[in-house]
Amino acid sequence: MVTLAHYLTLSAILFSIGVTGVVCRRNTLVIFMSIELMLNAANLTFIAFGRHHGNAAGQTIAFFVIALAAAEIAVGLAIIVAIFKKLGTVDVGDIRFLKG
Amino acid sequence: MELAFFYIFAAISVISAILVVSFRNTLSSALALVMTLFGVACLYAMLEAHFLAIMQILVYAGAVMVLFIFVIMLMNLGREELLKIKMSFAGVVGILIGGYLATILVLRLSSLSSPLPEAPQGYGSIAEVGRLLFSDYMIPFEITSFLLLVSIIGVVVMARKETA
Repeated sequence: MVTLAHYLTLSAILFSIGVTGVVCRRNTLVIFMSIELMLNAANLTFIAFGRHHGNAAGQTIAFFVIALAAAEIAVGLAIIVAIFKKLGTVDVGDIRFLKG
Repeated sequence: MELAFFYIFAAISVISAILVVSFRNTLSSALALVMTLFGVACLYAMLEAHFLAIMQILVYAGAVMVLFIFVIMLMNLGREELLKIKMSFAGVVGILIGGYLATILVLRLSSLSSPLPEAPQGYGSIAEVGRLLFSDYMIPFEITSFLLLVSIIGVVVMARKETA
């Protein structure tokens, strides 16, 4: 029998993998993908709790999160392309023109 | 039976999530992310969220990942760019932080082992989710459309050629 704890544990594991990706990787695109992983883990939690309580509001919130992630990715990728045109790199270690 | 499917989809998502973080090639990471999103979408379907499972495939695996792959192809990162990634101090710290977080979360959650109750009649149907979206969550829904408009304008402004 699949319990709520199964889904929450899976979500915790996915979230931790996402955090690891954000901290470890230096490629901006992979960092963005890790953020997507974390958003998906949060969505899974919302939907699992919604199913647990028999309340579809969890799915509604997950719908908003998906829309938000799409907007975030569009703006983020535009920023990355602009930076790549200016500096010719996507390595977070080489992007330091905000450093005063 | 349900448990077996859960473990299959969970394994697909977790293994490909690890591959997203560990692949050297950005394009391989993107393809692994598609696999993760697919696994999570299957889990949504198992939680009776059919509408969201389809949205996940359409919006994430469709639109967002195509955008990602376009950008990766556009940048055309060469070999030396790939070789520059190496295990550093930050990498070790990151793996430690991730492992610590996973351990804490999993230990906390293991007490919640009640089985999922029977879903009410019509739970998770498009009709119910849509009714909630247009009644209780009307204002957030409208704000979402405004947010999308703002992000469209932002992207157009940033992608424009600088002709000052």
